[in-house]
Amino acid sequence: MIPTHLREGNTRIPSGCAIAGIMDRTGTCHDGTDILRSIALMHDRGNGLGGGFAAYGIYPEYKDLYAFHIMYESREARAATEEYLDTYFMSEKQERIPTEPVASIKNPPDIWRYFVAPHPMRLNMSGLDEAEYTMQHVFHINGKIDGAFVASSGKDMGAFKGVGYPEDIGEFYRITDYKAWAWTAHGRFPTNTPGWWGGAHPFTLLNWSIVHNGEISSYDANRRYVEQFGYDCELQTDTEVITYLFDLLARRHGFSQEMAAHIMTATSWDDIDRMDPEQAAFETTLRICYASALVNGPFSVILGSDEGLLALNDRLKLRALMVGEKGPMTYFASEQAAIEIVCPDAENIRSIEGGVPFVVQLDSVAERKRNESAENRPAKEKPYHHETGVLPRKRKEA
Amino acid sequence: MTESTTEKVVRSVELGTAHFKEANEWVRDALDTSDVVELQEVFAQRYLGCAMPAGKRLEIHGTPGNDMASYLDGGEIEVFGNAQDQVGNTMNGGLIVIHGRCGDAAGYAMRGGEVFIRDDCGWRVGIHMKQYESHCPVIVIGGNAGSFLGEYMAGGIIVLMGQAGEYLGTGMHGGVMYLRDPLEANDIPDGLVLEPVTEEDKATLAGLLQRYGDYFDGELPAGVDLSGDGFYCLRPASSRPYASLYANS
Amino acid sequence: MNTPTLPRYKVLRDADACINCGVCVRECSHHVHQVNQKTGALVARHGQCVNCQRCVLFCPTTALAIDRWPQVDSGSANWTLKTMQDIAKQADTGAVLLASMGNPQDYPIYWDHLLLNASQVTNPSIDPLREPMETRVFLGSRPDLLKINEREQRVLTQMPPQVKLDVPIMFSAMSFGSISLNAQKALALAAKELGTFFNTGEGGLHQDLESYGDHAVVQVASGRFGVDPHYLNTGSMIEIKIGQGAKPGIGGHLPGEKINAEVSRTRMIPEGTDAISPAPHHDIYSIEDLRQLIFSLKEATLYRKPIAVKIAAVHNVSAIASGVARAGADVIVIDGFRGGTGAAPLRIRDSVGIPIEFALAAVDQRLRDEGIRPKVSLVVGGSIRNSADAVRAIALGADAVSIASAALIAMGCRQCQDCSSGLCNWGIATQRPELTSRLDPEAQAERIINLVRGWNLEIKEMMGGMGINAIDSLRGNRLMLRGIGLSDKEREILGVKCAGE
Repeated sequence: MIPTHLREGNTRIPSGCAIAGIMDRTGTCHDGTDILRSIALMHDRGNGLGGGFAAYGIYPEYKDLYAFHIMYESREARAATEEYLDTYFMSEKQERIPTEPVASIKNPPDIWRYFVAPHPMRLNMSGLDEAEYTMQHVFHINGKIDGAFVASSGKDMGAFKGVGYPEDIGEFYRITDYKAWAWTAHGRFPTNTPGWWGGAHPFTLLNWSIVHNGEISSYDANRRYVEQFGYDCELQTDTEVITYLFDLLARRHGFSQEMAAHIMTATSWDDIDRMDPEQAAFETTLRICYASALVNGPFSVILGSDEGLLALNDRLKLRALMVGEKGPMTYFASEQAAIEIVCPDAENIRSIEGGVPFVVQLDSVAERKRNESAENRPAKEKPYHHETGVLPRKRKEA
Repeated sequence: MTESTTEKVVRSVELGTAHFKEANEWVRDALDTSDVVELQEVFAQRYLGCAMPAGKRLEIHGTPGNDMASYLDGGEIEVFGNAQDQVGNTMNGGLIVIHGRCGDAAGYAMRGGEVFIRDDCGWRVGIHMKQYESHCPVIVIGGNAGSFLGEYMAGGIIVLMGQAGEYLGTGMHGGVMYLRDPLEANDIPDGLVLEPVTEEDKATLAGLLQRYGDYFDGELPAGVDLSGDGFYCLRPASSRPYASLYANS
Repeated sequence: MNTPTLPRYKVLRDADACINCGVCVRECSHHVHQVNQKTGALVARHGQCVNCQRCVLFCPTTALAIDRWPQVDSGSANWTLKTMQDIAKQADTGAVLLASMGNPQDYPIYWDHLLLNASQVTNPSIDPLREPMETRVFLGSRPDLLKINEREQRVLTQMPPQVKLDVPIMFSAMSFGSISLNAQKALALAAKELGTFFNTGEGGLHQDLESYGDHAVVQVASGRFGVDPHYLNTGSMIEIKIGQGAKPGIGGHLPGEKINAEVSRTRMIPEGTDAISPAPHHDIYSIEDLRQLIFSLKEATLYRKPIAVKIAAVHNVSAIASGVARAGADVIVIDGFRGGTGAAPLRIRDSVGIPIEFALAAVDQRLRDEGIRPKVSLVVGGSIRNSADAVRAIALGADAVSIASAALIAMGCRQCQDCSSGLCNWGIATQRPELTSRLDPEAQAERIINLVRGWNLEIKEMMGGMGINAIDSLRGNRLMLRGIGLSDKEREILGVKCAGE
């Protein structure tokens, strides 16, 4: 497929959107029926040029392996990618992702999934931890292999996205066949027509997925900040840069997702000036250190991860995002009706405040966190899970 | 050094190969609770005695690193060995005694205090020395000096008992240098004059030479006696050497 | 033998309007205006006029104007009157030609080739007058990452010292000696009121201004004038001056006639002697020596003050800046080739260095390429003419800008470029009591405060238009800039797209 317009990555394409999310914090999995109905109701917030879903808990039998969803535009792209994967990863299973013909979906790419583990020797030689190693190779495939795009690369999760209205994309991917404890969805309104499947949302990296509404005005300040740390902003989208900020702050620097979100929507100086000196000093230090991680301009996002979902609005609350609860279920959507259509008796329906993250964690994660140290532990200070080197440790020391 | 009338509190600190940041913290902590700190096993730690105020004294055994006694503010430092570069950088007051040689740019921009160097010193020593009201910095060198001694010198006193290198006192526009070398006419930079010492000069010299002798076991270099005889003094002819260098465009 | 030279300016006096009040005679330190003893009429000695416009602006009947001397040149674009006059001057004196203020040559001003963005539809602009708009900036080094205790809301990392600017604008270094104490005091008063900083330059801190230490950057230059532990600890930040945009690679030379008792006391040098700043710091002959000086200052101030290093924008500035960052500087100050000076050799001022726009863009990108941009703050000056220049500079990557010429102009300076004569009629670049007394520090501080407040409002307006409500999100946000009338190479260096792209 030869694009007739510049696609994401060649130019910056602003877009508006609808977003939704559903989560069961007990970890019980539900199929994609509800998320499909919820996002479909907000049809008019998209324009048919992008839709997609992220789902967590869908591959329990392979939960220790990275699940790569990869889109190919040509046979050559697949051959090159698979050769690359064979070099750097060990593949447990690979298959074409099952899809359903849908009349409105034109020219879909060839979409495959791979369940892989990093090649142990190469991982050892790289000096990186598993996540960093995997991320670098995802960047390589997306940036260097023409016609190949990694749609998702996390464990026990996956992204299903493409060009079309989200309800059609959902049908195309047969998402009602998958069972997940968390779902997010996105209906896109890009301002031009690249018609590129890789540019659809959710955007994902490792276990992160993000659906986002709005256009941030701090984009280039954020981009040039994260690029210093090895993140390639290939797509030039807000969603991408917000994902990298979360990855930098939460995975690499070890902050809680809530703290990462707080840094990205920092307390205003007016509020800080009214705080007691100790609190003000804490907030001031955060702002000084992470000034370039401040995200400015209108946005609402739902961040998905192996911990749960996090919803966040910009500091001035320029976008709408609602939340409602029922028992162990939490529902998010750009508009309230999109919650009520799947959960008519939802409780505590309210809007997400500007700059105040709303976090819902798996019960098991919340339990673990309660017992963990409240000090952030950066990735570089954690020991690698894998052994490095082939000689027994004792001999090395002697 | 100065005779103490009251009992001084002395502490000892061993530096070894500690980093300067740590070492200086130890030194400051020790000085907080004592008058004199003896530093043992000193290896290249920079900034020892940095900005040390009057009433405090360091005795250094080993080889201190660069910028020893920078911004010295009245304290005393005695080095039992050689010192490295930039001793007494921008020092304001105090006393430095070195039982050995020192490196380049000692006394850079110093405006007060005294430095006694038993042996040779490196290049560019006493560069940009100043003088101001009661502040009159002094450098006394027992051995030879490298080139550019007293470059840009704007005040103070340098006493050199050995040989000077080249480019002596270039740009000097204040202060005085006492030398034992009568210098060839060609070796006297433009704008400076070399004259025999006056009685007043000799009185100044005698005081400094006496103290040099006191610090270093009473020994003066060969041919030097306490009278100050045999010295010449080098002075600028004008404090405005560059008055005609520029023209407003 | 001195050859006669043509005047540069012609004083025009409207005889009908002139009331012979004598204001022009009294106001002119160059003795341009004289009373003809025979006729009693006012006459002008045109050759002495420097076009400082004091008489023009103070004439109660606006009877005066200054024109260029009407002599035509020989028709050569090469041998202009000015060129020939310079030759004549040097033929007379054999001296180095001296000049003042910033490079006046007709080089491109790249600020004027950078257009700003505004929001339309896809994201909203913000009304700066009614919604929060943050222009507060901190300068200092940042750790690679922060260790905190989230539950206790406590920072565990030892933070390097920072200084807080309520506006992203500070005042560049201008020493007491090059400018009058009243002028420096006006800057100090303004800095305090605005929540920003003035900079002592290399002339020490006069005792009357010590109470403004919380708003002072104290400079350490090669001459080390006035530098002692008290001085270092009185300022809020210390700036090591390596170079100056107007005269990169050149030292300083304050002539003895400007070293009066007050200047002498502040610089701690004898009265009437030339104050010479060597070209290099003689304890810095290499980058590791810079590290040595940075840490000697940190030791002297117990690591409580950020250390800034000011360099001139020269060809290899990005590599130099990277070295400065790695040497331990907390702040890098870059001064462009249009930066002003109280005195510099003319040929140096007009020929050496590069524009600040390029230097800033190159340095910011280089530090990012090396992943060390957060380790240092970047401040740029030389010359920032208005708030849009400041916005452009911050979008290119600066943390803050510093202004000097603009602040002097607010105090009356007309950029006549005659600072080195010491006869400044505006009481700025002079130490003569009859001239310095013309400058009321309180009144002039008010004008500087107005200027910076006006700029800050404009910065907020421009940020609001872009949909940005914190200056942190403008910093390095080069998508907010588009180039116009620039070559591809120029845009590549500036890191901006072309208008329309």
